[in-house]
Amino acid sequence: MSKYSLIKVKYMIKKDLVIIGGGPAGLCAAKMVAEANQSCMLIDRNQILGGQLIKQTHMFFGSEKQYAKTRGIDIAEKLVEDVKKYSDLIDIWEDTTVVGLYQDKVVTVLKNERYVKIQAKAIIIATGASEKVLAFENNDLPGIYGAGAVQTLMNVYGVKPGHKIVMVGSGNIGLIVSYQLMQAGVNVLSIIEASPKIGGYKVHASKVRRLGVNIETSCTIKKAIGHENVKKIETIKLDENWKEIEGTEKEYEVDAVCIAVGLTPLTNLLSMIGCQMKYVSELGGLVPIINENHETSIENIYVCGDASGIEEASSAIVEGYLAGLHACKKLGKFHPKNDELMNEYHQQLTNLRNGPFGEKIRIGLKKQGVCKDVS
Amino acid sequence: MLVKDGVATYEQVISRFPKQEFLVKPKAIIECYENIPCNPCSTSCPFDAITILEDINQLPKIDFDKCTGCGVCIYNCPGLAIMVCQIIGDKVRFKIPYEFLPYPNESETWHAINRKGEIIGDALIEKVMLTKRQDRTAVIQVLVDKENLYDFVTIRRKI
Amino acid sequence: MRIKEHPILNFKEERKVIHFTFNNCPVTGYEGDTIASALHALGIKKLSESMNLKRPRGFYCAIGNCSSCRMIVDGEPNVKTCVTLLKEGMDVKVQSNKGEIYD
Repeated sequence: MSKYSLIKVKYMIKKDLVIIGGGPAGLCAAKMVAEANQSCMLIDRNQILGGQLIKQTHMFFGSEKQYAKTRGIDIAEKLVEDVKKYSDLIDIWEDTTVVGLYQDKVVTVLKNERYVKIQAKAIIIATGASEKVLAFENNDLPGIYGAGAVQTLMNVYGVKPGHKIVMVGSGNIGLIVSYQLMQAGVNVLSIIEASPKIGGYKVHASKVRRLGVNIETSCTIKKAIGHENVKKIETIKLDENWKEIEGTEKEYEVDAVCIAVGLTPLTNLLSMIGCQMKYVSELGGLVPIINENHETSIENIYVCGDASGIEEASSAIVEGYLAGLHACKKLGKFHPKNDELMNEYHQQLTNLRNGPFGEKIRIGLKKQGVCKDVS
Repeated sequence: MLVKDGVATYEQVISRFPKQEFLVKPKAIIECYENIPCNPCSTSCPFDAITILEDINQLPKIDFDKCTGCGVCIYNCPGLAIMVCQIIGDKVRFKIPYEFLPYPNESETWHAINRKGEIIGDALIEKVMLTKRQDRTAVIQVLVDKENLYDFVTIRRKI
Repeated sequence: MRIKEHPILNFKEERKVIHFTFNNCPVTGYEGDTIASALHALGIKKLSESMNLKRPRGFYCAIGNCSSCRMIVDGEPNVKTCVTLLKEGMDVKVQSNKGEIYD
């Protein structure tokens, strides 16, 4: 018998609003809710709040309204500080994993090895994303890591993932993590990209290129070689139809490989509660269908940040503010500057999604059912 | 090509420089070639020399008459895409962002590096600036040969 | 494998040493490490084996999503070692099955 079942659940905790996830979206939602004088419970499975910001050592883009030019690690600190100011209104449960979410809005969690039930009136889901994997021979060898894992290992725990690395993927994450690997003293042998064009911001590409790292487009990883660890990889060039070109194989001796091929929304809880979902490749995969108030197909279940579609952290921050405002408004608590802030945040989102890099997101959001905040 | 390998073309690079007679005084060179949502260069400029219109996806525009080459934008640019440049006789003085250890020491000679990461000559380190305001992005002032005006972009330690 | 100096981050040099065992061998990590980060710093990348083919597995996501880092810790199987903090005296073993429910 597992030790968890030994503890009897004696009572149900009652809360007006539960926010699941303490990354940028969840923290910002909590802040807005508290400013509207609405109490809430903020649940996060990690020991430290801040989500993936706690490993972002680079300065952020966007406008200063979303903390542009501030390093991610410092944005995390500011957002957490803001939330902790409202300790009378925000009940923070760290190191707590949500294990169940039910249609009657009961949230079940594991906290200190205890199983606890919470009855909520409204729930904001801000669970973020998980890293995609790539199919190739021996892709399960130890030493082959997601780019986020590499960032966590080196920027949170101070451990190098290896000495010689190849980065697979040239989106912003691939480019940024390559730069951060070099700051940690790791040799980045090459960045390979299957598409004929670099995926991320060119300023990031230029930053690693001038350090001598080659970015090879139309190139993918064919296989990894090794027994207990990855020792070598083989790459191959792709033609305009994404077909492998025989004879263009190239070997790299490595002790780690970093896979940066994108993120997918972490939507398990949304599926569990029965929200209507839709596959939208532009937003990273399966996403909840939402209305312009960030509400899902189930009344009073809201979603914000990467969980509702992959975007930048700056958008997650603004979406968090909006979801918070909408959720407490429906619970009857108006933020003193509700209308003004709503306009402002909608405008900010439209702005962030406006450029050529926002095009994919604009298409995705239209498929998802959101007509606001895109021009 | 920028979209293929991250290297800006010669035409792109020179389009960011003012006429050489402007460069008797230090001026900011903004290597931002792509419409991305970002505006700290413009909001941080103490002289209102850099403007980005209402839409933050617009490219920054610099007014070289207003730019004093103060270098505040160097460490405020999240893409580390700005440097300051001044022609002094047959040399060019650059101020560049630098985020690697070890930092150079004044009066050392390091390699001068181009946009492809290749060595193109020597860079004499004149100053290493790292104040609290710079938030861990050091600014290095170096002197390189004038022939490297449009090629130089960063430095590398000689080993 | 530890980062000694970093231009942006400050890793405390004097951290409390934590003693634990890996497959019955005494090893050490630092306070603040997760089990997986401590093992990685020692060069140990194989944390588990796949259930059927017994292929070696390390962590993939390092934030508790993928479960590829599951190990037997103090006799308890399926512990996600990438998010479990290292504690003094822990007994950590490579896991090569589904894990058994215990009394």
